[in-house]
Amino acid sequence: MTDERKHTISLLVDNESGVLSRVAGLFSGRGFNIESLCVAETLDPGISRMTLVTRGNERIVEQINKQLNKLISVKKVIDLTDVAFVEREMALVKVKAKKEERAEILRIVDIFRCKVVDVSAGCYTLEVTGTAGKIAAILSLLSQMGIKEIARTGAIALAREAQK
Amino acid sequence: MEILKEEGVDTVFGFPGGAIIDINDELDKTDIHYILVRHEQAAVHAADGYARASGKVGVCLVTSGPGATNTVTGIASAYMDSIPVVVFTGQVPRVLIGNDAFQEVDIVGITRPCTKHNYLVKEPERLADIVREAFYIARSGRPGPVLIDLPKDVVQTKMNFKMPPAPRMKSYAPHTEPHKQQLERAIKLILKAKKPVIFAGGGVILSGAYKELFEFADKLNMPVTGSLMGLGGFPGTNPLWLGMIGMHGTYRANMSTGNCDLLIGIGVRFDDRVTGRIDDFAKNAKIVHIDIDPTSIQKNVPVTVPIVGDCKVSLKKLNSLLEQEDLTEVLKTRPNWLKQIEEWKSTTPLAYDQSNAIKPQFVVEKIYELTKGKAIITTEVGQNQMWAAQYYHFDKPNRFITSGGLGVMGFGFPAAIGAQLARPKDLVIDIAGDGSIQMNIQELIVAVSNKLPVKIAILNNGYLGMVRQWQELFYDKRYAATNIEQAPDFVKLAEAYGAVGLRATRADEVEDVIKKAIDTPKTVIMDFVVEREESVYPMVPAGAPITEMLLV
Repeated sequence: MTDERKHTISLLVDNESGVLSRVAGLFSGRGFNIESLCVAETLDPGISRMTLVTRGNERIVEQINKQLNKLISVKKVIDLTDVAFVEREMALVKVKAKKEERAEILRIVDIFRCKVVDVSAGCYTLEVTGTAGKIAAILSLLSQMGIKEIARTGAIALAREAQK
Repeated sequence: MEILKEEGVDTVFGFPGGAIIDINDELDKTDIHYILVRHEQAAVHAADGYARASGKVGVCLVTSGPGATNTVTGIASAYMDSIPVVVFTGQVPRVLIGNDAFQEVDIVGITRPCTKHNYLVKEPERLADIVREAFYIARSGRPGPVLIDLPKDVVQTKMNFKMPPAPRMKSYAPHTEPHKQQLERAIKLILKAKKPVIFAGGGVILSGAYKELFEFADKLNMPVTGSLMGLGGFPGTNPLWLGMIGMHGTYRANMSTGNCDLLIGIGVRFDDRVTGRIDDFAKNAKIVHIDIDPTSIQKNVPVTVPIVGDCKVSLKKLNSLLEQEDLTEVLKTRPNWLKQIEEWKSTTPLAYDQSNAIKPQFVVEKIYELTKGKAIITTEVGQNQMWAAQYYHFDKPNRFITSGGLGVMGFGFPAAIGAQLARPKDLVIDIAGDGSIQMNIQELIVAVSNKLPVKIAILNNGYLGMVRQWQELFYDKRYAATNIEQAPDFVKLAEAYGAVGLRATRADEVEDVIKKAIDTPKTVIMDFVVEREESVYPMVPAGAPITEMLLV
């Protein structure tokens, strides 16, 4: 499909066991794809927010939104794609830190406004937050030094208040 | 128990077991009628048939593990056909969950994609609310099955009971009221259309929109076709009725749909057996689609005017909007269109040639004739189902009970048991094939022991006929795995169960057998030995446009 587009969808769901599998099962059962999915409790402990990123043409995304709405454990579906919204991902990156490259790594940390959260003889662990684009950029820079391991979250997102 | 009564439950279908024994024990002390089936799949089909014939929610009660897994086919069928059923399953005590305990299975996980909603009751305090919610969810909006998994220790907890108030759920509020602007847009299209067709489905029957649909079609002199699930939603003997649409639809229904300029889909979901090749479906038409489930709209076909709402409410509003319009102009264009449809009808009517061997279509026609079209007909799945749909004309809703979406062989007989319990005075006939009937034949003893005068008409051709038909047409007549000529003697089988068995092998015996069955106030099997290689026509090959039919 040429008109495929990335959609970030925010869901408010009942915070109970099985909800995640209802949402995941809906996607796998109907052949929709999930690029990333993040879940955590909201201020109301009975409700969780799920942020999921998916891809599809207009017709498929319309179905995704409707099908999600149809799930009884889902309270609200907000497709953020056509509103202004803030989106963040986080990555923990273990990068090899040879003596001669340590300063360069710290410069990159500074430029990208990330943090060093663990240090060892041959390695820094960095905490990076930002959009998917920013994380991709820093990963490409750090790969020159050698990345040992990474752990990434999916995207989380909220609509900008002025747009509400 | 109190909630079951409050919800109007008078019949429960089930099979006991260790995890559910407490509920059976309590149920036995009430006046709720418990029907002990012989296989849990049949319990759900029976509850499905009961729900369709009564308009109430069907209820099942089975045990954990295999009892629960056996219900899955029945639940999936009810889900596809949007039938309100509540299934209670036993579960091992809470402390054992996850331990691979004896007869433990994660039935909530297994049925998640084929229920409208399901619950595992973890706290006894939640039980009453959950049961009320389950009935509410099953029956409202687009109906469907709901499952409640009951750990044995939750059920055994003694508590003071207080009837919970009617459920109000934040995350579930079916949208029954159609949008006014969309209705007005639909009216505009209706007033312009020269070649319109109404396409009615199961939603018309579920919402009880029979009268409103009739008024709508009648007022506009607009022809009506129906899906398999929609049969009976519009009188089958009315001149505006085109017959069923789709793979085995009538020539005129499919041609009308292919050539119409406006298609009004009401309570339908445009599934593949209806549309054939989707790009060619009603390709010259604007489409108005009324359905209570927003996911049905725009799912398979692009829609010009989507109307999300209850079919009955929507049709009522359309009818009252039409009151304010002048219909003379639009009605002037109608005779041309109806004349064209009449030509399609008379050049290629549904037909078969009754010579020596009994033709299955002849049997269905005779049943129609001798029951004056008033029986409740259930069907199995395959050729028997299609012939029943083509040759039995339903003038009223809730008389045709079939597994439409999932296509479950073995559905018809237990569904007939359920229907007979819901409507004890009506004549209930399961039109079956010799293959399908063997899939839930064990329920014969349930019909006999409950003194249910259900009739089974087996169109016995010694083949798994629908698959054989595909093999004849598309696989060079290689009849792999479809010859079931070696079969039980159905007459003796009926007798073994204490039912009555009758057989016809010649065309001139058919009428007598049917009459005798109708006059026998007992469970009866009619074994019609029919032409072995008869096929269902018209037929649209899978993937072809519905206007390209094979016509014998």
